Amino acid sequence: MSTSTRSRVSRLSFATSLPVAALVLVFLVLTASQTANALPAFARKYGLRCSACHESWPMLNYFGQKFKDNGYQLMNDRDAPIWQNPGYWPVTFRITPIWHRVSTGKVQVDTYTAGAPDGGQAVQRVTSSGFDLSGLDFHTAGTLEKNFSFYLLPSSDPTGAFHFEQVFVRLDNIGGSSWLNLKLGRFELDNLLSEKRILTLTGNGGIYQTYHFIPVGDGNIFGQIGDNQLGLEYMGHSVNDRTRISAALISSSDGNVNLSTGANSYTGFFTGSQAFDTGKLGVQRIGFYAMAGEAATYYLTQGTVPLGGSGISNKGFSREGFVGQFYFGPHVDLTVVTQHGSDNPWFGQGYGNAILTDGNGGTTATCTSPAAGCPFNNVPGTVLPAGSQSPTWNGYTFEGHYVYSPQLIFIGRYEVEKMSQQADGAAYTGTGANGITGPTPSTFGNISTYTIGFRYNPFMTSRAGLAWHNEYNWLHQDGTGPASLSTGALTNINSSELLMGLDFDF
Amino acid sequence: MRTRLQTWSLLVGATAVLALPMTSWAQLTQADFETRIGMESHVGNITGHAKDAKGDYRRYCVVCHGDNGDGNGESFPWVDPKPRDFQLGIFKCRSTPTGTLPTDEDLFNTIARGMDRSNMPQWSTFTKQERADLVAWVKHFSPRWTNEKPGTPITIPPEPEITPERIKAGRDVFARVQCWKCHGVLGQANGPSASTLQDDLGRPIAAFNFTEGARPKCGDTDRDIYRIFMTGLDGTPMPSFADNIKPDEAWDLVFYLRTLMKQHSKEKEMAKQLGLKPVDPNAPAGQQ
Repeated sequence: MSTSTRSRVSRLSFATSLPVAALVLVFLVLTASQTANALPAFARKYGLRCSACHESWPMLNYFGQKFKDNGYQLMNDRDAPIWQNPGYWPVTFRITPIWHRVSTGKVQVDTYTAGAPDGGQAVQRVTSSGFDLSGLDFHTAGTLEKNFSFYLLPSSDPTGAFHFEQVFVRLDNIGGSSWLNLKLGRFELDNLLSEKRILTLTGNGGIYQTYHFIPVGDGNIFGQIGDNQLGLEYMGHSVNDRTRISAALISSSDGNVNLSTGANSYTGFFTGSQAFDTGKLGVQRIGFYAMAGEAATYYLTQGTVPLGGSGISNKGFSREGFVGQFYFGPHVDLTVVTQHGSDNPWFGQGYGNAILTDGNGGTTATCTSPAAGCPFNNVPGTVLPAGSQSPTWNGYTFEGHYVYSPQLIFIGRYEVEKMSQQADGAAYTGTGANGITGPTPSTFGNISTYTIGFRYNPFMTSRAGLAWHNEYNWLHQDGTGPASLSTGALTNINSSELLMGLDFDF
Repeated sequence: MRTRLQTWSLLVGATAVLALPMTSWAQLTQADFETRIGMESHVGNITGHAKDAKGDYRRYCVVCHGDNGDGNGESFPWVDPKPRDFQLGIFKCRSTPTGTLPTDEDLFNTIARGMDRSNMPQWSTFTKQERADLVAWVKHFSPRWTNEKPGTPITIPPEPEITPERIKAGRDVFARVQCWKCHGVLGQANGPSASTLQDDLGRPIAAFNFTEGARPKCGDTDRDIYRIFMTGLDGTPMPSFADNIKPDEAWDLVFYLRTLMKQHSKEKEMAKQLGLKPVDPNAPAGQQ
């Protein structure tokens, strides 16, 4: 399930108590479950169980990573479609009916007197719960011919509105070398800790915050390494996949189609990793990644409305970090991802995203400045406010698993994102894009979050997947709550989500 | 009369004795395996322990080879060739003479190499320790490993220099030992016996097609190919030619087989320059 779809799981009505009877019923149904008859695409093709490639579906294990790196091929000379039964159809459907409870602290709401708004406001926690659905994914992937792979993933939100989450063709083992593979299309960047194969499903826990962190008010949405991106990727690996390298050239559009952003803005993404055999502990892997790119800050306008695809005046940004995947025997593993991020000061002042997120001021002829609700468009003559500086930050993700068996996995994750330099420095005097007047407090926008959960597969076959999924996420962000009504001081915000669902594919 | 009774008794007794092991194989249970859970493997300086491989076997292998290692996992009906029955203790890829058990290293290498043209992937992602543990686990399924010792690996002489004469001599060996009967004169697996081939369990089996570009199942180095026809692939119609081919001739045959393969090779170039023709099945012996 794509993260973007997962995060669209809507938040409905409120219930204060857990429906224990429903849980018991679900548990009884699950524990009594028998083998299903549906057919996940790859397991059906090769007659392997989910557990062969997935530590816990959908997260890949080492063998699954090697299979993916080979272009969804086992390399046993039976990969081409010609070897399959003509009735074979490489499609897997995935959707998740859920119950979830979402609680958000410090929501600013109107107050009423005698049935009419009295112009006042209050801050309160809003909690809702109810039964819900995730979006639907159609995973179709495999080989067109030996060493010609494809992936097509039409994906919908819970209302059925579709988009193409992933589409690519990959030329594998060019010249017979595992070191030469090329991919063209819309794809997930080569993240060892794959967000598209994340084991958690809540709105905040269903993504890696480190992969998406943007300082509050920053207009650069293009450095999100967790999003699928449009571009061309080179990837190479040793035959046993111990050594892996990749380099991708992507449009600085955050994966949005139709050349909607910069006229000539591109981003590079580079990775490398090396695995080591450590006997009974398992195979350990350490690696790095680096993203460096440019994105537009000035969009030509017609009647002050920014024109799609016309972005110029590119400014730079970067993300870099280390990845470690550590195994402590057959049951316990820990993945660590670090990130140091930096944006050009223009992005820090809210420029860069005039096209994709603007929904109001940019469409009117009277729109002249960001302060009036217009998009932050770096039109000629725009000057950065004094005290503007590059926002920089550091992020850390720790995700551990206890794999009791291929059918039961416990998940724990802790992430922290900390600003090391705010965009509005000591000399800043105005009101910045983050809504704060004067220098921004050093901790403003920092995030810390943890997620715990478990997934239980009542059966494990080569034909279908079903996981009873249970998860709790808690997220805290500094300073982004409503200002104190009494003192005007910044407040922190906490939110949480409890989710239980049946995650299935066939 | 008494003699006839004795004869019958002897026959019945012998049948019972001979059938006993087969019966016990057919009825092997978890309890039988438990008695061998202490099975070890030794590969280099690594000692594998069967009990440590239980999790990996369950995660990766059981779907084909089955809970009891009898090759009757849930994918059995769908895959071809069929998964190996570990209870029989018979293995294709060995460095040991035909009829003997393979060495631990043979099994260790097979796991990492996989089996081309089958559903057995290359499990090179395991650590060496995990692979050694799996070797011990595979062994614990069959009583053969407690009753017999692995064979002694055959001796492979150093590979001689490739010459046109050796390639021609290899073609003569190909004709003399009648490789073409199964593999065809061009190595296309279409010899006159190809369609009749069955494995030891009576299941249809195909001869190796040299021309399709696939890797030989038991390895694709020259030494691997040498080993394949000198040890045979036990459980299949591919016999050992150790009694029919001298070591030096075996290298000649390796060089000739390379000329049949799709992959580019020095041998192929030499054969082309020689204008080497395929064997003629009807030619008198020694007159290829």
